[in-house]
Parts: sequence; C-alpha cells; structure tokens
Amino acid sequence: MAPETLAFYAFGAVAVVASLLVIAQRNPIYSVLLLIASFGALSGLYVLLDAPFVAVIQIIVYAGAIMVLFLFVVMLLNAPHEETEYDERVHPLLRPGPMRFGALLALVLAGELSWALTRSGDSGRFPAGAVASVRAIGRSLFTDYAFPFEVTSILILVAMVGAVLLARREGRG
Amino acid sequence: MVPLNYYLVLSAMLFAIGTAGVFVRRNLITILLSIEIMLNAVNLTFVAFGRALGSADGQIIVFFVMTVAAAEAAVGLAIVIGLFRHRESLNPDSWTALKW
Repeated sequence: MAPETLAFYAFGAVAVVASLLVIAQRNPIYSVLLLIASFGALSGLYVLLDAPFVAVIQIIVYAGAIMVLFLFVVMLLNAPHEETEYDERVHPLLRPGPMRFGALLALVLAGELSWALTRSGDSGRFPAGAVASVRAIGRSLFTDYAFPFEVTSILILVAMVGAVLLARREGRG
Repeated sequence: MVPLNYYLVLSAMLFAIGTAGVFVRRNLITILLSIEIMLNAVNLTFVAFGRALGSADGQIIVFFVMTVAAAEAAVGLAIVIGLFRHRESLNPDSWTALKW
C-alpha cells in the first residue's frame, strides 16, 4: 500500500474515532480535547490534499482559538456532568421518544450519504495541478473575494459585540 | 493518490457523527461541539472538491466557513453562559418557554 493511502487511512481513522468519542463522552472537557485530536487528523488530511494553507489555519484558528474558547467556557461553567433523567448507559436507540427518533434520523442520514456515494461510481483520480501556494490563495482572496472578505470583518465585529453583550452580567452598565 | 470518493465518504461519516451528536446529546456544549464536527466535515468536502477541480476556491470557502464558525462559537458560548447563569443547568430541556 502506498504511504499516502496509509496516511489517509490513519488520519481518517483518528478523525472518525475521535469524533465518535466526542459525542460519547460524558465530561465536556474530554469532548473538547478529543475534538482537538480530530482537528489535528483533519489537518493531516488537508496536507494530503495539497492544501497546506488550510492545514495550518485549521490548527491555528480551530484548534488554537475556537477550541480554547470552548475549553474556557467548560472550565468557567464548572458543570462537568450531564444531568439527565434517563440512564446514560442505555444505547441512544433504546432511549425513549424524540431521542430515539433523532438517533434514527442520524443513522438514516449516514445510510443515505453512503448509498449516494457508492452509486456515483469511480470519481477518478485527482488531476496533477493543485493550487497549493498561499500566494495564489491570497491573490484570489483579495481580488475576486474582496467583498466577502470585508463582509467577514463586519461579521466578526458583530459577533464580538454580541458576545460581550450577551455574556455581560445583568444590572450593571 | 487516494481517490476523491474516499474523502467524500470520510466527510459523510463525520457529518453523520455530528448530526447524531446534535440529536442524541443533552448538553449544550456537546451540541455546539457536534456542530463544529459537521462544519469540519463540510470543510473537508470543500477542500477535496477544490483539489479535484484544480481551483483555489475550495480553500477560500473554507476560510470563510472558519470565520463563520468562530463567530458562531463566540455568540453560542455567550448564550450558553447566559443560560447557565439563569438556571444552573446545561440541559437544553431546561428551557421550554418558547416551546409550542
């Protein structure tokens, strides 16, 4: 087996297993840490896809910034365990009511996606020319996508103001 | 080289895992984490298709998706903090005032 295929299977297995454990953990801190592992594996997949820029911002922005924000909130709230009225050890498909329906819907989605993908036949190999250089991405970002880029900055500003306003304590300021 | 289909299948698996997390878990933070899993599955699809088409657009869209994810995480977590202050709970079933 070619080393690239081997690396794909290794990264893919880490990503899937870590994601499964994220939704299986009861303690949110472990969930966040496992999700960081999953993001590391995804970053390796981006390297395999000749996208080093995305691989690097995946680590810096996602694992570095967004997940640290999650970790902050988990530790700030200090509510590690999910308090539920049902037994957590029961399989989701055996739990009552809407939760069983939800788990069933997720299974149907997985089946549907794999059915659609296996029917599509051989997608062929990737072509030789890959846009891997940060220079090309930056040029495209600041010319063709200049307007969405500026809108993004407004979005970030709105999110920042909104987060500050929502997390503010009541009755002050 | 690994074919495109493999990446799409992997991405579909991750997306289904994220969906299952949103449906099955009863913890607001884990639900937000599941949404991040789904966003990442879509990002992988974007990069794989961009690579298959030999264009930089896929990677640029991923950049925008990450920005939106950061904004969503910031606002979502602020709402979670506000809700937790209100009722000392992370179970979404604790808030049913708007439920029909």
